[in-house]
Amino acid sequence: MDRRIIIEHIPRLRRYARALVGDRYIADDLVQDTLERAWNKFYLWRPGSDLRAWLFTIMHNVFVNQARRRRNEIEQIVEEMPAVAVRGTQTQQLELQDVDRAMRILPAEQREVVLLVAVEELSYKEVSRALDIPIGTVMSRLSRARERMRHVLGGQTAVSLKVVK
Amino acid sequence: MKPVLESDLHAYVDGVLSESARGEIEAWLSTHPEDAERLRAYSEQNAMFRSLYNPVLDESVPAALLAVRPDRWIRYAMAAAIFALGIGLGWVIRGLSITPQLVPLPLARQAATAHAVYSPEVRHPVEVTGDQEDHLVKWLSKRLGTTLKAPKLLPLGYDLVGGRLLSGPQGPVAHFMYQDARGQRLTLYVSRQRGEPRDTAFRFSQEDRVAVFYWVDGNFGYALTGEMSKDNLLQVADVVYKQLNP
Repeated sequence: MDRRIIIEHIPRLRRYARALVGDRYIADDLVQDTLERAWNKFYLWRPGSDLRAWLFTIMHNVFVNQARRRRNEIEQIVEEMPAVAVRGTQTQQLELQDVDRAMRILPAEQREVVLLVAVEELSYKEVSRALDIPIGTVMSRLSRARERMRHVLGGQTAVSLKVVK
Repeated sequence: MKPVLESDLHAYVDGVLSESARGEIEAWLSTHPEDAERLRAYSEQNAMFRSLYNPVLDESVPAALLAVRPDRWIRYAMAAAIFALGIGLGWVIRGLSITPQLVPLPLARQAATAHAVYSPEVRHPVEVTGDQEDHLVKWLSKRLGTTLKAPKLLPLGYDLVGGRLLSGPQGPVAHFMYQDARGQRLTLYVSRQRGEPRDTAFRFSQEDRVAVFYWVDGNFGYALTGEMSKDNLLQVADVVYKQLNP
C-alpha cells in the first residue's frame, strides 16, 4: 500500500487540528490518532472517493471522543483565557492571536463547521458528510459561528492582515 | 426576484455561487446596507482565519506523524529493538577498540523508549513492587552509587507501582513507575551522566506520543515521562523536582 496518499494530506490535517484545538501538542496528538485510525481502517475507504473528506471525518470522530475526555481541562483553559480584544478597543486593531483566542470561545461544533468551510474550503455538502449532520445544520452552525465571531471581534480587521498576503 | 436566503448569503461569502446568482445577491445587498456590512465582516473573518492558520502548512511535519504505521505496538517494539541494538553495538564498538565517539541517545529519548517498553506491561511492569519501597530504593541506590529517593506522588493521585534496574548507555538506570486510579502510568528515569557535574534547566521533549520533562542535576539525569499533555506532566515534574531538591 502506498503510504504517500495519506502522508500528503498531513499538512492540512495539522492545520485543521491546530485551528480546532489551539495547542500545538494536543493538535499533533489529534493528527497522530487520526492517522493511526485511518491506517487501521483504510480498507473502509472507497478508492475514488475523496480521501481528504474521509480523513476529516475520522478526525472529527477522534476529536469528539477526545473532547469528551478533555472537557474539564478545556473548560478550565477557557476560564483562564483573558478577555478578547481588550487591546483592540484601544487601538482599533486586532492581532491574529486575538482571533485565535476568539476561536476558542466558539462551541466546538460551530468551530468545526466554520473552519472546514473557511480554512479547508470544503463545500457545504462535504462538511455535512464529514460531520454526519444535515446540510441545514451545517448552515445554521455556520451562521451562528460567524455572527458570534463578528460580535466578539467587533467588526475589526486584524492588523497583521496588512503584512500577510 | 426570489427571496434571498441566509444560506445564499453565506454561499456568496464563500464564493460558491454561479455568476448570475452572485449578481442577484449583489443587487439585493445594494439596498440592504446592514447585511452588506455583515457579509463584509464574514469575508474578513475568512481572510483572518486563513492568515492565522495557513502558516501551519509551511511547518515541517514532525517525524512521529510521518512514521505512523498501522500498528502502534509494532513501532514500540521497533524502538525497543533499536535501543537494544544501540547497546549491543556499543559493546561491539568497544570490543573493536577503535575508540569512536559514542554518541549516547539523548536522555529524553532513552526515557521515552523505556517508558514505551515497560508501561504497557500488565503482569511485570516492575521488578520490585512499591510495597517494598525501602528495599527498592536501597537496592537501586546501591547499583547507581548514590542515594536515590522515590518521589511521593500520592497527593497528585499517583501511587508507586515499583521500580526496576535498566541498563542504559551510561551504566545502570533506576526506573520508577507510578500509576493513578485510571491506570495512567508515569515513569521516572534516573541515570548517571557522563562528564563534569552540571545542572540544567527543565527541558521538554515530545517523543512520539510520550511527553518527557528532563533535567540534569549534578552527575545524574532525570526524566519524567508520561502519555499525557505537556501541562499535566509539568505539574507532576514540578513536584518531583521539588521533592528531589528540597
